[in-house]
Amino acid sequence: MAYKRQIDRLPIPPKNAKVHNVTCHYCIVGCGYKAYTWARNAQGTAKDNAFGVDLGKQQAADGTWMAPSMYNVVKQDGKDVHLAVVPDQKCVVNSGLGSIRGARMAENRPSKVTGTQQQRLSDPLVWRNGVMQPTSWNDALDLVAQVTARVVSEGSEDDLVVSMFDHGGSAGGYENTWGTGKLYFESMKIKNCRIHNRPAYNSEVHSTRDMGIGELNYQYKDYELTDTIMIVGANPLETQTNLFLNHMVPGMRNGAKVIVVEPRRTVTINAAEEVAGKENVLHLQINTGTDMALFNAILTEIVDKGWVDKDFIAKSTFQSGIAQPEDAAHPAALGSLEEALKACRVSLDEAAGICGVAPTDITKAAAWIAEPIDGARRKCVTAYEKGIIWGNDNYRTIGALVNIGLATGNIGREGGGVCRLGGHQEGYYRPSDAHVGRPAAYVDRLLISGRGKVHHIWACDHYKTTLNAAKFKQAHKRRSDMVKTAMDNAAGGTREELIDAIVGAVNAGGLFVVDVDIIRSQIGENAHVILAACEASEMNLTSMNGERRLRLSEKYMDPFGNSKPDCLIAAGIAQSMERALRDLGKGAYADQFKGYDWKTEEDAFMDGYNKGNPAVTYERLRSMGNNGVLEPVVGFENGKLVGTERLYSNGEFGTGDKKARFCVAGWRGWQAAGKEAEQKKFKFWINNGRANIFWQNQFLDQDNDFVQDRFPFPFIEMNPDDMTEMGASAGDLVELYNDNGATQAMAYPTPTARRGETLMVFGSPAGSQGNIINPGVNELVLPDYKHTWANIRKVADAPESAKAISFKSKEYLSS
Amino acid sequence: MSGCSKLVDIGRRQFLRRGTMAAAGLATATVMPTEQAEAAPANAQIDYPSNRLANVADVKVNEPMDIEYPDADSPGALIKLGQAVEGGVGPDGDIVAFSTLCPHKGWGLTYSSKDRAYNCPGHFSRFDVEAGGQQVWGHATQNLPQFTLRVDEKGDIYAEGASDLIFGRPSNVL
Repeated sequence: MAYKRQIDRLPIPPKNAKVHNVTCHYCIVGCGYKAYTWARNAQGTAKDNAFGVDLGKQQAADGTWMAPSMYNVVKQDGKDVHLAVVPDQKCVVNSGLGSIRGARMAENRPSKVTGTQQQRLSDPLVWRNGVMQPTSWNDALDLVAQVTARVVSEGSEDDLVVSMFDHGGSAGGYENTWGTGKLYFESMKIKNCRIHNRPAYNSEVHSTRDMGIGELNYQYKDYELTDTIMIVGANPLETQTNLFLNHMVPGMRNGAKVIVVEPRRTVTINAAEEVAGKENVLHLQINTGTDMALFNAILTEIVDKGWVDKDFIAKSTFQSGIAQPEDAAHPAALGSLEEALKACRVSLDEAAGICGVAPTDITKAAAWIAEPIDGARRKCVTAYEKGIIWGNDNYRTIGALVNIGLATGNIGREGGGVCRLGGHQEGYYRPSDAHVGRPAAYVDRLLISGRGKVHHIWACDHYKTTLNAAKFKQAHKRRSDMVKTAMDNAAGGTREELIDAIVGAVNAGGLFVVDVDIIRSQIGENAHVILAACEASEMNLTSMNGERRLRLSEKYMDPFGNSKPDCLIAAGIAQSMERALRDLGKGAYADQFKGYDWKTEEDAFMDGYNKGNPAVTYERLRSMGNNGVLEPVVGFENGKLVGTERLYSNGEFGTGDKKARFCVAGWRGWQAAGKEAEQKKFKFWINNGRANIFWQNQFLDQDNDFVQDRFPFPFIEMNPDDMTEMGASAGDLVELYNDNGATQAMAYPTPTARRGETLMVFGSPAGSQGNIINPGVNELVLPDYKHTWANIRKVADAPESAKAISFKSKEYLSS
Repeated sequence: MSGCSKLVDIGRRQFLRRGTMAAAGLATATVMPTEQAEAAPANAQIDYPSNRLANVADVKVNEPMDIEYPDADSPGALIKLGQAVEGGVGPDGDIVAFSTLCPHKGWGLTYSSKDRAYNCPGHFSRFDVEAGGQQVWGHATQNLPQFTLRVDEKGDIYAEGASDLIFGRPSNVL
């Protein structure tokens, strides 16, 4: 029986409710919402309310409605207040649409009144007497700083390993990336660091940037103005929901054709067929990992048909030979179209043999992308995401895709763009990371091999979201347990004795772990100090979405307990480090930790982002509301910030000579170590992906009844015949195992899945798909999460909670 | 006295916790000076109409019957599934009823007899009537509101309540 809320009435926000601008802090799209708060003893009426509509009448479709998930009772300025977080009809991003993630923002706020999200951390915790004990900020920060200061000054800064988010939204954003960035890249020069979702500090899209093309170069409106939408390795209806519904769907209704490059059938393809008609949707169902061969064939066809944009190529792209040779930092050479073609040129038959797509479909795709319409340029917007970012040969594959956009002049122009769709919002503002180097350190491998002595973790849970996770967990736990034992043995002693015990343990191979998070994460179980962070809605936060739309998402409630914004925690660590280093007699080093006198997140914003973008202030952003401004901001005129609709609209690109480069993207089969052998050895391809219902690794959703009722266990979509063969029925628990480890999932019969091809939801707390992903990465340490092969066996009949749920097709049926 | 107040507070918190959030009226139900108007008492629970929808003999397996509940502005469907389900009524325990306004944006849902699910033509959400209206996939943040049914001795089916808030209203009974 499905979860019933048993709610049939909600309080009505009064006309004088306070209203705050909110950008949804989950996915990259960043939908606009309004947060209404009002006193506990006040209410509006059907006729007189904050929404300004007659609530005594049934609202029409698309009308304003507060669902129960949009309501809660939270603390504001120390008082319990009613809260409603409702989609903003006037925001151009979502036009009043809510997603299954964002429309639950209110109920995913922590509330002692309604009991929601009681997993949130309210205070710092330290390992003491065999358990995590609450403590004061001073005590926790002092312990972090004393241990860290001893280790980096007795050894080097390379002994401090840092895992830190680099995203916007959630607890990210310009304020918080600056706080951590200033600490680790300015006060220190930490090079053994990694990002929340990958084992190194690197770009997910190095090649497009090296080609001179930033990965977010269009605006969402371009989908409404284009002739063709090309989607590669992405499932936007599921994961960028309102970009699909509010921009791609209108584009299709305006006549755009749709090409989807994807080895499986998705809800996006199904919905596109519904809207555009099957005849206008081309699903190129490739063999997994062969995207580059397909892109090269499309490019070859476009060139041979003469559909390239000759003027654009002449004016805006590098003309003579190789601009950047292939080397350790560049997995492919970059240069002119002519040079690129020497490596990219491939016959239709050869490409078809590699990627499994019929030659006629390749030529059809090329025509839909590039064949001029009545002699004029055909507009095509190209969107890609994890399918190739976390796929085979990241650098060359993304380069090969961008080559098509460049050759057809579809970058920087109306209805064009070659862009990643994105996961989180963006919100990166940090001092230079040049000291990290390229290729960057493979941090997971470093930790597994026993290197590093102190590990600072900022809102990352590698237990759920890294590759080779089974091995990583074993090493991380073993090493952190050494320190726990040392701390237990020092119980009852002085602070000096405790620090000595910890330093002794890390010098003997242990790892001192500091975890900054909003909840107790799985990797946080290894922590010796946990620092309680707050997130968007409990602090002011600036981020930009997938079209570079910068907004200020306003604080409308108190942080939970004594939790703090990450930027202020970083400042606290810096100030404690300064004291600790001075106590160690390292005065000059201590001086590097000055400059953190921030009282608020706005202070951190002014210290960082504002210094690089002086026109942008909180006050101005607040007045720009939920529509914000498209970055880069180029001025402030008539009381408004002036932004940039599209990048490169003047035909000048982000290279020294302003000329874009083509990627010499020669196909070379499986790039990452171990993939080819694994494919041969194991029966099933274990693809991974996201589900719209979960945000990220379910960190808040694991405590959300509606979500957990739908999927009590991580699902794996399997062909029903494959299930029958192993004696598994819907909802049964299966084990996935290979030479890297094992994990567990719940079988979801999916007739559209090809035999031997599966999809497991990524990042689940109840089954980490990363356990079975091999450690293979590309030359720049980008993981190939998408390519794992394993065997599967049934381990248990469907538990009661799984028996109660629906296993019907996720695809919309019109009749 | 302090013990009493605490009990009242705990009761209020339990009441608000996760369950029916019928907050209206609670805050005013405290001691009032005699000169002031008396607070209007409000029941904590909505009084639903008991509406006859059909007779068990009228409903055929997998052929939803249009209904309106709790009022004419709230479309729904009465469905006989052919096999007993939790919450199902009638001699076979297989008759259920749901709101057919999508709890995402209020579009009218269409029924697929092929796999017994409601589908939203607006944004592609779908709901499984054989699994208590669970959203199979979609954008709504709740499952399909299910109507509470009762069958009398004559076989007449009455709707007398709902499990979830119906789209487009702050209260199921307007």
